[in-house]
Amino acid sequence: MDPVEIARWQFGITTVYHFWLVPLTLGLGPLVALMQTMWVRTGKERYLRMTKFWGKLYLINFILGVATGLVQEFQFGMAWSEYSRFVGDVFGAPLAMEGLLAFFFESTFLGLWIFGWTKLPKKIHLACLWIAVAGSIASAYFILVANSWMQHPVGVELVDGRPVMNDIFAVLTNNTAISAFTHSISGAIAVGGAFLLGIAWYHLWRRRKDGIDTVDADKRVIVGEAPEIGGRDKEDFKVWITSLRIGAVVAILGFGAVAITGDLQGKLMFEQQPLKMAAAEAACQDGTSFSVLSIGDLGSSDCNDVVGLIEIPGLLSFLAHGDFDTEVQGVNTLVPQYQEAYGTNIPDEAIYGERAGSEINYVPIMEVTYWGFRLMIGFGGLAAFAAVVALWITRKGTVPESKWIQRLAILGILAPFAANSAGWIFTEMGRQPFSVVPNPTPSGVDGVFMFTAASVSPGVGAGEMLFSLITLTLVYGALLVVEVKLLTKYVRGGVVSAMPEIAHRSDNDDHSDDDTTGSGDKTRATRSGDDVLSFAY
Amino acid sequence: MDVLPTVWFIAISVLWIGYLLLEGFDLGVGMHMLFSAKNDTQRRVMLNTIGPVWDGNEVWLITAGAATFAAFPFWYASLFSALYLPLLFVLLGLIFRAVAIEYRGKGHTDRWRRNWDLALGLGSLVSAFGVGAALGLTTTGLPLNENGDRVGGAFAWLTPYAVLGGLAVVGFCLVHAATFLALKSDGTVRVFANKFFLRWAPILLLPIVAWVLVVQFQSGKLYTLAIVVVAVVAIVWAYVNARAGREGRAFAGTAIFLVAGAASIFANVFPVVLPSTLDPAFDLTVSNASSGDYTLGVMTWVAAFALPLILAYQSWTYWVFRKRVSDHHIPEAHLIVPAIRK
Repeated sequence: MDPVEIARWQFGITTVYHFWLVPLTLGLGPLVALMQTMWVRTGKERYLRMTKFWGKLYLINFILGVATGLVQEFQFGMAWSEYSRFVGDVFGAPLAMEGLLAFFFESTFLGLWIFGWTKLPKKIHLACLWIAVAGSIASAYFILVANSWMQHPVGVELVDGRPVMNDIFAVLTNNTAISAFTHSISGAIAVGGAFLLGIAWYHLWRRRKDGIDTVDADKRVIVGEAPEIGGRDKEDFKVWITSLRIGAVVAILGFGAVAITGDLQGKLMFEQQPLKMAAAEAACQDGTSFSVLSIGDLGSSDCNDVVGLIEIPGLLSFLAHGDFDTEVQGVNTLVPQYQEAYGTNIPDEAIYGERAGSEINYVPIMEVTYWGFRLMIGFGGLAAFAAVVALWITRKGTVPESKWIQRLAILGILAPFAANSAGWIFTEMGRQPFSVVPNPTPSGVDGVFMFTAASVSPGVGAGEMLFSLITLTLVYGALLVVEVKLLTKYVRGGVVSAMPEIAHRSDNDDHSDDDTTGSGDKTRATRSGDDVLSFAY
Repeated sequence: MDVLPTVWFIAISVLWIGYLLLEGFDLGVGMHMLFSAKNDTQRRVMLNTIGPVWDGNEVWLITAGAATFAAFPFWYASLFSALYLPLLFVLLGLIFRAVAIEYRGKGHTDRWRRNWDLALGLGSLVSAFGVGAALGLTTTGLPLNENGDRVGGAFAWLTPYAVLGGLAVVGFCLVHAATFLALKSDGTVRVFANKFFLRWAPILLLPIVAWVLVVQFQSGKLYTLAIVVVAVVAIVWAYVNARAGREGRAFAGTAIFLVAGAASIFANVFPVVLPSTLDPAFDLTVSNASSGDYTLGVMTWVAAFALPLILAYQSWTYWVFRKRVSDHHIPEAHLIVPAIRK
């Protein structure tokens, strides 16, 4: 087996997996911080409950993102040592900055937030969460700076055949990085919004199904309570309807930002990686029309039997250049240009192993780029549409009793995840056959590019890589099952799963003054001198 | 004289020492959960002594790795690819460990907790051993060719030095965690931790002492001998203080022992960052493995700004959570049941 293929599968699987966890961390974090801010400012119980409940889910997800992030950093050296040697002078810097300027903040202050509920003054405790959230966003920025340098290398000169950094600001302000960062963060915000929306919907539906909330003749909600179910009081209703509305609005805003930043990014990509965008369109010939549906052999290398079935005239030019009649170059025009600039065959050198001297196929796998691009937009649009519909349906204060709509709302959580994955698979596989894509714009330097085939570790055997691919895939799969089960369990438990004390609150109200031992009421116990831990593993 | 690469060699040594010093007791506590605790409350006391800080401590490893990538890409590429399998196990160990810490309290069957305890304990053991093996080989050498690639197959790294390094870090973590637990807990765990340190420290620290001495004899310098002496004095001082029941000083003693011992190792191998056992001409050194001066200069500014800040806020975290954790602090576990009408 070819080590390059195994190493690519491993990188692909671990990265897509990591980027299921990370958008939820990035998207949910600011929302939890916002909820806690609302609590600190207004003192309203519902915001405290929201903070605790969503914070719990945030942490269950956070940890898996941290754990799998380590693999990302290590595998550049483990599986892609030639790549690491080639790019290390510039690529390592943003990674190290991520550690020093972002990840230390994120991890340390999150620890303070988790355990600091009763140990820190309210506002400092809140500040800890904001610092941790800011750390996670800064972390995303530095990682995307590194990734964007692979997509569009800037800020370097060529010394002894290696790119050597000569302008850190060019690297940090790479227009590719800025657009990828804003686009990814918007996508993550949409994930956070849909997550709130789907789960809040479930709870409002559950309250209706259990007969707690009912509707009047006008279909307006009549909020009730169920003392025998822990936490199902009137405040509980406010938690879910507020979460639902915040979630829906955030999902819509997130998608709006995704569309705007995506458009900007697309225009950059037509300049920086024209072949990727031609492949995203399955556009063999030059043209101006955007393909809605194309048929034919997308994988064919001569690119002649792809037929556009439905096309929107002028849209492609609009996406690429902002007008309706500038021709966008197709695959058949671009490939000869690439062959002239970067060669027709892989150099006959030892680092290429069995692939030395073979012909280079400059066209990415078009099934992947074409459908990846469309699924990204499709799932994103679907999520935004669902959020608008959800706001409309719930305008009178609660959700309908229909089980099917409830299931759709839960399923809707997955749409932005799918859009994120499709987008990244498109952008990374569309970069092939390069690991470092040549920069054709004036900021580019001749010779700063690298083929994926030359990037892999020469000393590592296929057996080792296959072993790690299988092991990591199995472990990741098992952990995903555990995470989803835990999330489901805590979601079903409702707010009480994160705040057990509210289950007993109604009992204590009856004899609140004689309960001087504080044994039944943890909120009181935590105020005494030598109290139990407000949070404990 | 390569000034900036030398600065970065020191910076990376500091990051590794910071990692061993801080995650040393985290990993040790994880291993202690396997065999030292008698019941679930004791296990939870142990876990909560590291609860607020372990994740921040692990970032020292991430940053050590990334800083090596940024400052010495050739060192990073050669070391990480040569140690493909051991580092895979380090990663798996750290993944299981992290997830176990977060998830063990979220289930309520004995089996759930037992399995996660196993994941936590073995994960800690495997990652401590792997990190130790990797660092051991960094100082004693790997079979690298002129391109810096490992020759000799997937297990070429498996030498007595790898085992020595692995045992050294595992042994140190167990001892360091014992002084940490004695300082940070109260009740039965504290009593146990003190006993464990007094009984087992002399044996468990033998591998790390052997490693320090091997490097000292291989490439020792006069001034590093002084650092080794500091390490030895520190550990004896720790032992004397532990016997007298002064837990804070005992912990400081094991900490100084680690800092001095590891510093002597890094100082001794300098300027070689990764020796080749095939031919000294293939050695990776501070000058032939480093990034350019521009990159190192940028990173120096970043580190000069960030490291003091990190030290400040991490110290503050330890101050916030300075209280000992005891059995009676551990809240009762609560069942998570669906909030539905049955």
